Amino acid sequence: MVTSITSFGRSGLYDWMFQRVTAVVLLAFTVFMMGYMLFNPNLDYQQWSQLFGCSPMRIFTLLAILSMAAHAWIGMWSISTDYIKPTGFRFLFQSACGLLMFVYVAWGIQILWGV
Amino acid sequence: MLVSVYRYNPEIDDAPYMQDIHIDIPGGKDIMVLDLLQLLKDKDPTLGYRRSCREGVCGSDGMNMNGLNGLACITPLSEVVESDKLVLRPLPGLPVIRDLVVDMTQFYTQYEKIKPFLINDTPPPAIERLQSPEERAELDGLYECILCACCSTACPSFWWNPDKFIGPSGLLQAYRFLADSRDTATAERLTDLDDPFSVFRCHGIMNCVAVCPKGLNPTKAIGKIRNMLLAQAT
Repeated sequence: MVTSITSFGRSGLYDWMFQRVTAVVLLAFTVFMMGYMLFNPNLDYQQWSQLFGCSPMRIFTLLAILSMAAHAWIGMWSISTDYIKPTGFRFLFQSACGLLMFVYVAWGIQILWGV
Repeated sequence: MLVSVYRYNPEIDDAPYMQDIHIDIPGGKDIMVLDLLQLLKDKDPTLGYRRSCREGVCGSDGMNMNGLNGLACITPLSEVVESDKLVLRPLPGLPVIRDLVVDMTQFYTQYEKIKPFLINDTPPPAIERLQSPEERAELDGLYECILCACCSTACPSFWWNPDKFIGPSGLLQAYRFLADSRDTATAERLTDLDDPFSVFRCHGIMNCVAVCPKGLNPTKAIGKIRNMLLAQAT
């Protein structure tokens, strides 16, 4: 067994399952948003803020943001362990990715509850 | 025809180079790549390569022929030669000892990790441990692997992490023992594989399936390992 302390869930199976579950959430969110924009061609601010003002949509969007962060972390971690061999650079890259994901999540929540 | 061969003798050469050799095939016959290598060796006895059984059983002469891994002894020229040219390189990713001979240590280390032997802690019966024909059939498509390393050295995940990812060949063998009805160490074997590297570096690109000279399917075996891990953990 290969040990790893920087992967998302420490277990290969856990990461694998999480990446698939988050992919389904992101697919559902993308399909919903595309459908919404397709059926509402002349969107105005009123309609837009009404959509994101209701709790179910906020929960769905927050789920999508968290899914994106987890999905991206697992993917970027895989890429870093494949291609960046010097430990220092790899850790730096992983830290930068982690910070970016956190910023996106915090920023997303701020936007969502600022509507 | 023109044959371009990877040459490297660390005792003489500073760096590897490609040697171009023009050669006429006697009688214009469709010979195997291994026979062609013998013709090349007659011309230049310093050329190094591994070979033994010359019939696709021992797995010694795995090499990269016009970009595809395979066994030289069972690959006819007509299958790989393009525009009358053949490029011969050692198996990709492994350290080269000399010319087409690679150091397989990393490959064997991964193979050792999966404990490639039956583990059974129950008292042995008087004669032998029996299997039903159905249980035996589970091992078809798994036991035939000859460890030629064509698959693992065609896998980018193995190139990047040969010390951590078991590789398609080792995982096919891992499933061979997971699927064996006589083996009692299934849970321990699965626990050893549940990390982000050993199994899960496989992204299913199926290079292994495309090059396996025995027509085996490591990707399918890896999928079955994943299903067993899922069944155990959910």
